[in-house]
Amino acid sequence: MRKFWIVFFLIAFTTAEAQDFIDKAQINGSFQIDGQFYRPDDALGITDSIIGGRKMGLNGYGNITYTLGKFSAGMRYEAFLTPLAGFDPLQEGNGFPYLWASYQNDFVGVTVGNFYEQFGNGLILRSYEEWTLGYDNSINGMRVILRPSAGITIKGVYGTQRYFWQKYENGNRGIVRGLDAEVDLNQTIKGWESAAVRVLVGASGVSKYQKDNDPLYNLPENVGAWAGRLNLSAGKFNFATEYAYKINDPSAINNFIYHEGQAVLSSLSYSQPGLGVVLQLKRVDNFSFKSDRRVNGNAVDINFIPPINRTHSYSLAARYPYATQPNGEMGLQFQLNYKIPKGTALGGKYGTGIAVNFSQVNDIVRNPINDTTLVNTSGTLGYTSDFFKVSDSVFFRDFNIEIEKKINNKWKAVIQYMNLHYDIATIEGHAGEPAVKAHIGVIDLTHKFTSRKSLRMELQGLFTEQDEGDWAAAMLEYAIAPRWFFNVADQYNYGHPDADKRNHYYTVSMGYLKESTRVALTYGRQSEGVVCVGGVCRQVPASSGLTITISTNF
Amino acid sequence: MMRKSIFSLFALLLFFNLSLLAQSDIPQVTIKTLEGKPFSTSEITNDGKPVILSFWALWCKPCQKELDAFNENYADWQEETGVKIYAVSIDDSRSTARVMPMVNGKAWEFEVLLDPNSDLKRAMNVNMIPHTFLLDGEGKIVSQHTAYFEGAEFELYEKVKKIAGIE
Repeated sequence: MRKFWIVFFLIAFTTAEAQDFIDKAQINGSFQIDGQFYRPDDALGITDSIIGGRKMGLNGYGNITYTLGKFSAGMRYEAFLTPLAGFDPLQEGNGFPYLWASYQNDFVGVTVGNFYEQFGNGLILRSYEEWTLGYDNSINGMRVILRPSAGITIKGVYGTQRYFWQKYENGNRGIVRGLDAEVDLNQTIKGWESAAVRVLVGASGVSKYQKDNDPLYNLPENVGAWAGRLNLSAGKFNFATEYAYKINDPSAINNFIYHEGQAVLSSLSYSQPGLGVVLQLKRVDNFSFKSDRRVNGNAVDINFIPPINRTHSYSLAARYPYATQPNGEMGLQFQLNYKIPKGTALGGKYGTGIAVNFSQVNDIVRNPINDTTLVNTSGTLGYTSDFFKVSDSVFFRDFNIEIEKKINNKWKAVIQYMNLHYDIATIEGHAGEPAVKAHIGVIDLTHKFTSRKSLRMELQGLFTEQDEGDWAAAMLEYAIAPRWFFNVADQYNYGHPDADKRNHYYTVSMGYLKESTRVALTYGRQSEGVVCVGGVCRQVPASSGLTITISTNF
Repeated sequence: MMRKSIFSLFALLLFFNLSLLAQSDIPQVTIKTLEGKPFSTSEITNDGKPVILSFWALWCKPCQKELDAFNENYADWQEETGVKIYAVSIDDSRSTARVMPMVNGKAWEFEVLLDPNSDLKRAMNVNMIPHTFLLDGEGKIVSQHTAYFEGAEFELYEKVKKIAGIE
């Protein structure tokens, strides 16, 4: 093999045509290393035996893309040696899970190898990766994208999904096949080019094949799903909706019931400079869709059911994040963004930004299929459900207001209030625990000393009678833009019902940035909690020690 | 063996391309407009003047602070250098519907695009956001940075002025 490459390069560099391979090509890439050194910490209950010799964790990757005109190829190396605390132990390993090559022109695009794809909102197909969560469900196979004429896109995908480091062989998980078509009517229908209403329609179908080896049940080996979507925009209004349907698909997630699946996602918004309003509605009924029906965790998802609630940025506001309940939920979200104009009494010299957000998610109503069968009994149709009925059981409610204000050239402020209802028993699986009802407040102040030097102060409070009780948090960050930052922070669980667990979770960190290279060091404690990005969440255990992050891009 | 060979191939390619690295174009990827219509990144142009391309999301506070800072100066910057700003939101389908109302609610005056499955983010090798690229008049990437701290916009603007030929 090595000889082959040597010969290859000798030829490559001595022929004129091959010079293009080098001269006109572009290479881009990125690297990231997250390392942690753990230490025992009696107060947090972390002992040497819990660490179990794994004093160091490392998650790292390197990504390289090669492009020559219409051809490109890329690869990603990953190492989890051992994975950081809180990552799935199946993540442990190293190798090249992402290798691909592709050719594309205006008419056709072909990719072989690993790829990421999404149809519509992803209700029946979405492959993506989220490094911070260790989530990757890339498809290994082929993808063809056709653009036969302006405004028409047709996509076809075929392959198997990544399941950590386990290679696909002998049908150890399913095969995924999908087709999607999207038409922009304004570009395809004569006379609609400059119509006031902009219309986009799309339809997709996905099928999964997995052999039925179940000794008990007769399971569908081919599970089909389809979806249709519509986007309408007219002036300041925008309407988008998608409906998806899946045939019965008994799985570990739905307790092996033969119920069909449905999902709907709709949004209506109005916006003009200075004002934006949006209302979103969602209904999900038995819509987990995985390429292995036996998998229960966050892996091999074929589809993506987006949670529709605000993803919070401040640590205590983000302490109780919602995760989609694929077996059934009905939700709505409302958001208003308004900028009080400059020069008014409330707007002041620079204007004031206001954001109001409300979301609530309830369970769906499930009725028994007959008088003698309990709801959700394995091997049965499970239940019947009225499409428009909402259960009284509230999974999640979040009402929050945020005000942003530039006070003068030296000071900026963000103030946030949040009222939360969080069904911890359902969302985190803490059976029997009462729902967390909390008030959360955040004050974020930035003071500018000079044009480059600034100090940011964050004060947060979380007040609740449930779970771990009250928290307070404070943070100070001094930055010398664009190179340096120094940060000290403490989260104090002063209201923990168990007086021995009223811990401080302090951290000290600093970082250096140059262009796209970032080096950061953090020493301290991480509290137990849930980290969510883009709809997937991961439980993070308490830890104590030193963290180093290096990332760069070229 | 196979892995080693692939690695050596890339190492070699890397070596021979080092001189060209600063000359990268934006990769051709189809993303979306705020209305959800397909948008090819080859349409990111500005008649020979500089372009700022910034990745952000609704859940990223520093990103919004950076874009607010851009917005505050945008009218002046445009007048002086003709620079154009594109803000690419990597929000996925959980929050894409809220992007346009928020952009309007904040009265941002630059172009905002959607990258709901991170296709452009991946193609440009963005690890963390905010991540901002500066393109010259020919669409070549001349500089990039991650993170945002108060005042970093001025350093960026110095570079914009240099490209635009104003010292």
